[in-house]
Amino acid sequence: MITIVDYGMGNLGSVFNMFKKIGVASKITSDLEEIKTATKLLLPGVGSFDKAIQRINTSKIKEVLDYKVLTEQTPILGICLGMQLLTNSSEEGIEKGLGYINASTKKFSSQDKKMKVPHMGWNLVHKSTKSKLTDGFIQESRFYFVHSYYVEVENQENSILKTNYGLEFDSAIQHENVYGAQFHPEKSHKFGMKLLENFSKI
Amino acid sequence: MLQTRIIPCLLLKDDSLVKTVNFKKPAYIGDPVNTARIFNELEVDELTLLDISATSNKKKPNFKILAELANECFMPLAYGGGINDFEDAKKIFQIGIEKVIINSIAFSKPAFITELAEHFGNQAIVASIDVKKNMFGKYQVFSNSGTKKQKVDPVDWAQELEQLGAGEILLTAIHQEGTWMGFDINIIEKISNAVNIPVIANGGASSIEDIEKAVKQGNASAVSLGSMVVYQNKGMGVLVNFPDTEKLNKVLK
Repeated sequence: MITIVDYGMGNLGSVFNMFKKIGVASKITSDLEEIKTATKLLLPGVGSFDKAIQRINTSKIKEVLDYKVLTEQTPILGICLGMQLLTNSSEEGIEKGLGYINASTKKFSSQDKKMKVPHMGWNLVHKSTKSKLTDGFIQESRFYFVHSYYVEVENQENSILKTNYGLEFDSAIQHENVYGAQFHPEKSHKFGMKLLENFSKI
Repeated sequence: MLQTRIIPCLLLKDDSLVKTVNFKKPAYIGDPVNTARIFNELEVDELTLLDISATSNKKKPNFKILAELANECFMPLAYGGGINDFEDAKKIFQIGIEKVIINSIAFSKPAFITELAEHFGNQAIVASIDVKKNMFGKYQVFSNSGTKKQKVDPVDWAQELEQLGAGEILLTAIHQEGTWMGFDINIIEKISNAVNIPVIANGGASSIEDIEKAVKQGNASAVSLGSMVVYQNKGMGVLVNFPDTEKLNKVLK
């Protein structure tokens, strides 16, 4: 069972739909007791960094997440903004990130007018460090991205996928039980199904 | 590098999919959910659904069909038609559709675009502009499915929509739509060069060459296809299809 954490921001319906399609049970919840008993967590997110962190803090979800992720070592997958929240900080805001992975979130700032921001559309990924999350990915795996900020890890071993958009950024990350994907697997056809299936088997 | 998005654009009228010519003469195509399912199997980049009867019938979006669609489609989805208040948009996002397309309401309530963009992010808001070239070669903007002329210049309007918070522009040339005569490259280029947000070219595509022109000459960020993906060919029967990906990749490289 995958517990999709609802803190009031993000496309929860589509993540749930894709889990259903691949035959993995999931539930959407904001209930602290339910999150406490989760065996696997999914942190979605669309919107701004500070707003998301503030909601996670005020709803007391943060304390539960900290305990689950840091003490119980429950696997967690952050998607899009959800992945950025796992890092230490973001240039989008002033709030502190959850800090489950030693990385920071930066703004795309290309001088090239063709490199429009947000980075929106399908792009390729290539593997850096090996991870269970990216098991069985084919060479041409492509994913749907929508983001104006990107993640940069401190230690290269935490980068599991990289993508090029004017610069090379970390499009998927991992540190022990903490996983993140910048793209939207739930909107990336069979490529995304593979990733979510991999996560369900971790 | 980002791949150019090629987006089937489906038209909903009441509960059925139709295809129009110059926004008129809707011809029956099929069931919306079944058709969307085929596009999902074809692994298209994105899918657009426009309800062309919602605004004129003063109806809300058909949330039931949209929910069925979102259940079947594992690619980005955009929906337009009859979205008039915040709750409509919120419902659409909750269903699992990530972009709303706004047209007619933007003329009477431009702040609505800003309200949506502030809450859901610019990337979730597509502003639709329908233009028609008159006999003097002048481009005029229309709303309400091409029935109401608006006193704005298309380039000015595109820039204003960007200012208001739209994250993309869906640009449809009414005079080309459904004609298989190719895109109106001139207006695509004008609008694309005037804004910093992606412009999706729509109306008139008949071939991969047309797509190439819209991207290379018109500077379109993405291309939308109507007749080409629901008919076998001009004047022929219904056939849900998608251009050859390898050929597309070759010309768009």
